[in-house]
Formats: sequence, structure tokens, C-alpha cells
Amino acid sequence: MMHSGKILVEGADASGPALVLSQPISFWGGVDPKSGRIADVRHPQCGVNIAGTVLFLPGTIGSSSASAVLMELVRNGHAPAAMVLHEPDAILLLGLIVAQEMDWQTPPAIQLDRGLYGAFEGHSVRVKKSEISAI
Amino acid sequence: MSLELSAQERSTLAGDTGAGAAMAMRIVVESARLLGAPRLIPVQSAHIDGALYHGDSGTLFAEKLVEGGAKTAVRATLNVGALDLTGCARVRLVGHEREMAQRMMHAYLDLGCEPSWTCAPYQSGHRPALGSDVAWGESNAVVFCNSVLGARTNRYGDFLDIACAISGRAPDYGLHRSENRLARFVFDVSGLDRAFLESEIAWPVLGSLFGRLAGTEIGVVAGIGKHPGEDALKAFGAAAASSGSVGLFHMEGITPEAPDLARVLRGAEPAERIVVTGQMVRDAQARLSTAERTDRIDAVAIGSPHLSVEEFARLRKLLAGRRVAVPFYACTGRHVLSELDRDGGRVTLEAQGITVVADTCVVVTPIMADMPGGVLMTNSGKFAHYAPGNTGYAVLYGSMADCVESAVSGRPRFGA
Repeated sequence: MMHSGKILVEGADASGPALVLSQPISFWGGVDPKSGRIADVRHPQCGVNIAGTVLFLPGTIGSSSASAVLMELVRNGHAPAAMVLHEPDAILLLGLIVAQEMDWQTPPAIQLDRGLYGAFEGHSVRVKKSEISAI
Repeated sequence: MSLELSAQERSTLAGDTGAGAAMAMRIVVESARLLGAPRLIPVQSAHIDGALYHGDSGTLFAEKLVEGGAKTAVRATLNVGALDLTGCARVRLVGHEREMAQRMMHAYLDLGCEPSWTCAPYQSGHRPALGSDVAWGESNAVVFCNSVLGARTNRYGDFLDIACAISGRAPDYGLHRSENRLARFVFDVSGLDRAFLESEIAWPVLGSLFGRLAGTEIGVVAGIGKHPGEDALKAFGAAAASSGSVGLFHMEGITPEAPDLARVLRGAEPAERIVVTGQMVRDAQARLSTAERTDRIDAVAIGSPHLSVEEFARLRKLLAGRRVAVPFYACTGRHVLSELDRDGGRVTLEAQGITVVADTCVVVTPIMADMPGGVLMTNSGKFAHYAPGNTGYAVLYGSMADCVESAVSGRPRFGA
């Protein structure tokens, strides 16, 4: 299975287990910047770690500090391997853009309709340029 | 759509005004490309959420701008930091983290930002004019700025906020454009009990419900009646921006862009009309609490957004000279602290067991005792939303009067 999305932020090719979030998340307050663990007790996937995954985000909510949390995850090596977003979230993606300004290696971010996320669940996923494929 | 830049913007990008200014402009330009903005627009001011320490990366970023000689081009107030520089409250950050948090706060001051250190800059004298374009961060400040002041800002995240302040530019996109500020749905509260609508908890509770139902859409609240006061709008917006992605709300007859429904809907039928019922309100209120037990509290925290002078007056009245039996944190900005200190208010509160926290707050930095399974009572929809994830405390939600009565007796009390 393969879907082609739109590149939002470029990054090296990446792969990892799919983590399809069932609900939108706020990175600030919702994800621990030290470990990548989902810390929002109201989120159904609380306790799951996003580090190294191909993270499928149905949406993001809440604080304007999401970019800072994502950049910190990039710097400390706990960022997702790649991120798939339903629509461009400028606040979150800025974390990647600024990390690139700092010369840190960032995961790619791809835009893909969230209706297509479900099929990746349970698979390992490779992201190569704009292509997202189950492996 | 391609992005067109002015000669001056291109010159800044080329590094003609320094490496720091070029880096800031690159960040603004990259964001504009990401958003599909056709051009950049000048901004009148900025409110910077980026000086809160989340890890070393943010400190290194700010210091890179300083090393590049960057300076803010417009007025830029600062949101909370991770330390209480006034010395009112003790922050339990130590060693490396404390040093990096401090370095970060200093770097933002070096860039030319004002040491306001508050999430309620709109109550510390930073009130941009109706219709002006600004670049604000911090979700509650953004929603207040757009909704209550009628100035225009998107939800600027960390890094982009300071980049806009340095470049004096922002992407021409989203809420900067009139056509994107209209309401699409109506949130009708006219059927609710008037006594509830006149209560303090109406605003965080309704805001939390509004945010969850709104998603990214803009809505207008109808049926409020008389103006509930600025602190009520502050509480509503903060709660709405915590439970959803709300950057702008309207209130019929109350906020400046909604003199009436026809104007804010621009004559169109709303895509949806949500009739808020008593049951929806009770559910929303229940959702603000996460504690499974309602027979104990370990701490009380109020002041998210930061308490105003009026809210402190109410706190002092409710306390009526009594002492609290559990740790009680009242978070505010130094603009209010100076008012409090004028008549000895802080010393009195401290004698009653209240810890005044300035420049920061208990949910963004470790101030409260580390207590897994502890129960925190609050009247803030925003604290209720973020405290469990950020502090490990479970939340009991109640009014300020409930918070005070519970703190005095040491056990949860409701309906005080």
C-alpha cells in the first residue's frame, strides 16, 4: 500500500512503526518534551511514545508552544521518524523549520488526508520524499 | 501561489542588516510559504511566548539570534518564563535547567523585549488598536487580542513570534484578513439559567465547551445579555483556546466585531446553530475535573491567565482574613504585583498562607510539591486542562469561592 502526499517540510527518508493518533493532540502539555511520551491523561493513547514512529496526526489543538516541544524532541533524539498531517499546522511545523536553522536533522512532514490513515495502522511505514508506504 | 517579497525584505534575507535579522526573516518567509501566504505584512507589536524553557533547544535558538545581532523592530512584551525573577515564589528548577532557563530569559531581554513576563499582557497595558495587525503568541493572549480587542493576529507559535518581532513582518494569512474573521456557527446560550450565566464558573465552563465544539471554526456566542466583564472574557477565551484551536471568538453585542449577529455572519446563515443546554454545561463542567475522589485536596492554584487587580480584590474579600490550610498559589504578573505591594496586599496574603507567584505559573514550571496522585483545586479552565499532564496532579474544578472555602477547611467544599 502506498499513498502520495504533499511535502510540508523536507527531511531525510525515514521509516518506523505507524502510530495513528485517534484524537488531535496538543504537543505542549500533551507530549513530554524529554521523552516523547504522550502525557495528556485525556488522550486515549496516553502513555504511548511517539519517538521513532511515523506519526499520523489527525489534528493538533491547544498551546502555541507546540513548536518548542517538537524542536526539543528533535534535538534530544525523541522526535518521530516522520510526521503525517491532515493539514499544515504552522505552529507545529515551525519546530522543524527552526531546528533546520539550528542545523539539526529533522524528520520529514507530509500532508495526507486523514481518511487514509487507518490503513497504515499496525504496519511499519516508510516515508520517501512525498510517498508513504507500508512495508 | 508564490510569495512576493519587497526589496527591503529581500535585502534583510540577504543579510544586509545582519545574520540575526536574516535568520528571523527566513523563519517568517518559510512560515509564509508553508501557509501559502502571498506576501508579508507589517505588524505593530508582538507578544512573545518563546521565553519559557522547555529544554536547551529554545535557549540555543534565542542565543543564536542574539549572537547574530538581532533586535526587535516593534514593541514586544514577554509571556511567562520558567523562573520567578521577582523572588516571590521558589521554583524547583536546579543546576543546568535553572541556568538554561535563566540564560533564555536574558537572551530575550537582549533582543529588546520588555520584561512583562505575563500571559495577560492585555491587562498590563499592551492593548493594540482595533483592526491593527500584530504577531502574538500564547493561546489565551491571542484569543483575547483578536476577540476582545479586535486587533488581528494568528496563533504565533514559539520562534515565529520573535521572528516577526525582529523582522516587523508576518505572513498575510488567516486572521489578518477580514474575510477570515467572520463567524461560521452560532453558540446560543439564551436557554441557560440566568443565575448560571451570572456566575464566575460560567465562563471557563462555557469556554471549554465552546473550544471543544469549535475545532478550528470561528463561532459567535449569542444570548449573553449584559457584558460579563473583562475577566470573564479572559477566562472564556483561555478555556476555549485550551480545549480547542480557537484563535478568535465573537460575542453578540459584546465583542467589537459582533455588534449583532447579521454583521458577524455577514448576512449569511450560520453553518450550524448549537443550542447549549443545561446538560451540556453540566457535562462540560464535570470534564474539567479529573480527580476520582472528591474528599481531599492537596493544593489550590488560581491565576491562569494571570490574576488581575480586580481578581486579587475578590480573593482578599473571599478570604476575609482567614488562613488557608493547604498550599495556595495565586499566579500573576509583576504589573499586578506592584499594585498589590502598594497597599501591603501581598504581605497580608502571604500571612494568610497564600503564595503569590509572579513572572511564571505553577503549570509551566515546578513550583508545587512533587506529589504523584495529588489533587489540585482550581477555578481556571486552562489550569484544569493542563495541570494533569504538566504537574501530575489530578484536578478538582470549582469557583474561586469554592477554592477559598476548600483551602481554608482543608477539604473540598462546593457551592460556597
